[in-house]
Amino acid sequence: MDHFTPVPALIGGLLIGASTALFLVLNGRIAGISGILGGLLQPARSDLGWRLAFLAGLLIAPLLYAAVSGSLPPVELDAPTGLLVLAGLLVGFGTRLGAGCTSGHGVCGIGRGSPRSIAATLVFMMTAILTVFVTRHLMGG
Amino acid sequence: MALIASSFAAGLLFGLGLIISQMVNPAKVLAFLDIFGNWDPSLAFVMGGAVLVSALGYAYAKRRGVPVLAPKLEIPTRRDLEPRLLTGAAIFGIGWGLVGLCPGPALTILPFGHWQAFVFVAALLAGMAIFRFVPADWPQSTFRRSAKEAGT
Repeated sequence: MDHFTPVPALIGGLLIGASTALFLVLNGRIAGISGILGGLLQPARSDLGWRLAFLAGLLIAPLLYAAVSGSLPPVELDAPTGLLVLAGLLVGFGTRLGAGCTSGHGVCGIGRGSPRSIAATLVFMMTAILTVFVTRHLMGG
Repeated sequence: MALIASSFAAGLLFGLGLIISQMVNPAKVLAFLDIFGNWDPSLAFVMGGAVLVSALGYAYAKRRGVPVLAPKLEIPTRRDLEPRLLTGAAIFGIGWGLVGLCPGPALTILPFGHWQAFVFVAALLAGMAIFRFVPADWPQSTFRRSAKEAGT
């Protein structure tokens, strides 16, 4: 486990948690990325402003990080185009059908003890682990 | 205006957390999901730290009763586990396991400039758009129909 990085992982996790806490206490909402993004595709536009502001914050984060630290951490993403498209479609469709992703269900939902979020998180962790097992160890990818 | 500023701050904090924890690196995410291989448990610490602070925030928000900048808390109250929720979660997990990207990190790495991230986000938005054509009672309706056809 030479790649194990518990300290930055914990610090990053605390920041993510702080973001969801801030969003709930100030705005009264669940900071679920798929929900915030998906809401932009719905006809109701009254909440367009805060949704775009949250996403702008996400996009400016790497610029701020790079300005302060002078570099960005590695992003290793060498999947072929077809796989990226398939994965993107499944993530987009699945998170809307299942009403949440890693943030909404995994962080916020478990944080408030929601049985739906706990079940959803167990299911997507299971299918993700299974998918990695099949592609890496059965198909030898 | 305050609502916009607080949303921006929350997004910024979220993005910084994803970058510092290296959740933005799909290889790192796949190494966490690869429990039968050279497993990297780091992401469990991301989840642990995030859930802990999220739970504290929830406890405080509930005790306060009303949010600071909005008229009321918009928290889901449903507790039932229906096929739609579990099917969606299963589909999401397969997509996540294929390349190691979920919505938050996928958006956050856009400024890193990898073309792969743009392809993924475009497909993600298409997947969300396709979802709008799904009937409100799917897949429950399909389960009911097949149960009827099976004569039960």
